[in-house]
Amino acid sequence: MKILAIEASGPVAGCALWEDGTLTAEYSVQYKKKHSQSLVPMLEEMKEMVDLELSSIDFIAVTSGPGSFTGLRIGAATVKGLGLALDKPVLPVPTVDSLACNLYGTDRVICPLMDARRQQVYTGIYENRDGLNVLRPQCVTALADIAEELNGLGREVVFLGDGVPVNEKALAELMKVPYLLAPAHLSRQRAAATAVRAAQIYAEKGEAALVSSDDFRPEYLRIPQAERERGDKRNYKVFV
Amino acid sequence: MDKDIAILAIESSCDETAASVVVNGRDVRSNVISSQIDIHTLYGGVVPEIASRKHTERINQVVRAGLSEAGMTLADMDAIAVTYGPGLVGPLLIGVSEAKALSFATGIPLIGVHHIEGHISANYIANKDLEPPFACLVVSGGHTHLVLVKDYGEYEILGRTQDDAAGEAFDKVAREIGLGYPGGPKIDKVSKEGNPAAIDFPRGKVAGSRYDFSFSGMKSSVLNYLNTCKMKNIRISVPDVAASFQQAVVDVLVSHAMWAVDEFHLTKFALAGGVASNSALRAAMEKACAERNVEFFCPPPILCTDNAAMIGSAAYYEYIKGVRSGLDLNAKPGLRLGER
Repeated sequence: MKILAIEASGPVAGCALWEDGTLTAEYSVQYKKKHSQSLVPMLEEMKEMVDLELSSIDFIAVTSGPGSFTGLRIGAATVKGLGLALDKPVLPVPTVDSLACNLYGTDRVICPLMDARRQQVYTGIYENRDGLNVLRPQCVTALADIAEELNGLGREVVFLGDGVPVNEKALAELMKVPYLLAPAHLSRQRAAATAVRAAQIYAEKGEAALVSSDDFRPEYLRIPQAERERGDKRNYKVFV
Repeated sequence: MDKDIAILAIESSCDETAASVVVNGRDVRSNVISSQIDIHTLYGGVVPEIASRKHTERINQVVRAGLSEAGMTLADMDAIAVTYGPGLVGPLLIGVSEAKALSFATGIPLIGVHHIEGHISANYIANKDLEPPFACLVVSGGHTHLVLVKDYGEYEILGRTQDDAAGEAFDKVAREIGLGYPGGPKIDKVSKEGNPAAIDFPRGKVAGSRYDFSFSGMKSSVLNYLNTCKMKNIRISVPDVAASFQQAVVDVLVSHAMWAVDEFHLTKFALAGGVASNSALRAAMEKACAERNVEFFCPPPILCTDNAAMIGSAAYYEYIKGVRSGLDLNAKPGLRLGER
């Protein structure tokens, strides 16, 4: 089986090729925010480098959100174009789940933090001792809320993600259990992790995990601001 | 003529998701437009984040429909064209990302197209014999440009708006007099029952720049008029206000256009853009052209509002000149005419 994986949900633009358990190629760049310019040339370079026959891939894996709205859409539209042209389905991987897959074999709980602005983080709580176990599915919440939940678990934690540097001071104040911060090579979204997670999901769910490129849409976890404000005015119950 | 050149064109610069197949620049085989206007009407204007989400949800279906309505497949295409600016960056990125992925996956060349060049090129589709040189007035919700089309792909901007676009002014005035969004068609309609000479709104001028436009002052004078009436308890006539404002805008647009026709001794003049559908503007421009014995061109409404056929037409003239875009093509919201 061959999986082409694409990552554009956050600060990293990346792509990877996974073939029957081997990570054939991975291209990962965290440089300013120019995914719209860099992503397709990266795919092109990777394809040339490993003589990839695009028609030979089984499906396209993509981090489907949450993340930067614009980044998610660059990834989504790229995946949709590829899916349409190659007639291949899409396997959406929740971004925070993919981040959690950067770490493996630890007894600690894993807590990815993505900066969601407005004093919030995209986060979740996981174990990945010998397979990903979701303790708290990905969500958008205040840092204090996720810290409280982790403290309540009473287990040691590893944090990773671009939400770590911006919240490092706050974590020091909030955390009552011991914790580690993942080093640079494990701390950001990686298309390789998305590919691996996609292979796991496919192994569990088979074809049911796939969606057509036409129907695929990102998971923003937040409604647009205009919709939220309009809802507030009309006194709707609004979720964020 | 050698082999036919078929181009798949994609447009997503504002609130229309569109795809089209155009053969040899003027033969439109499909022109699929998925409009989001109903959603944005709820907000009184286009909300970029909502537009971007809708484009993402619809882009593949629209591209597929564009191909299937033309009875063709991707493999039949000689190029993939896409609007890369100007426009709203979020919406632009959807079309650009989709087009680049299609180009990468198929090896079909990519051509990035300027949105305004597309609007101008809508005239090539509507009038098979039209060739440069001519002048074109591009008026829409986002743009007001008076352009000298010297040759295919060769433009000189004579004038542009210094503040609001003409269509934007229509939207704002329509909102103030309770007509709602989108303002252009609503003002056009209600004006038919009003007296265009009822109120003498000023004709906007830009000091030292003959061809440039200014609509924000005209809009303000309408607001002042409405406030004064309110304070003095005078009942306003919505049709009269609409018709008088429309007349002021039309007068400015026509006079600038005709200065250009006279100065450059042009024999052809074209309209383009969403506001080109305005019936008073069409009638006045046609009359002014006829008085000067100038041939007048204006695309049908379906080619005036945002569409991908016009992008396919503009792309064809780039294609035959050998212009190709790289896979690093980026959305450029502030792209200027003639910039590459």
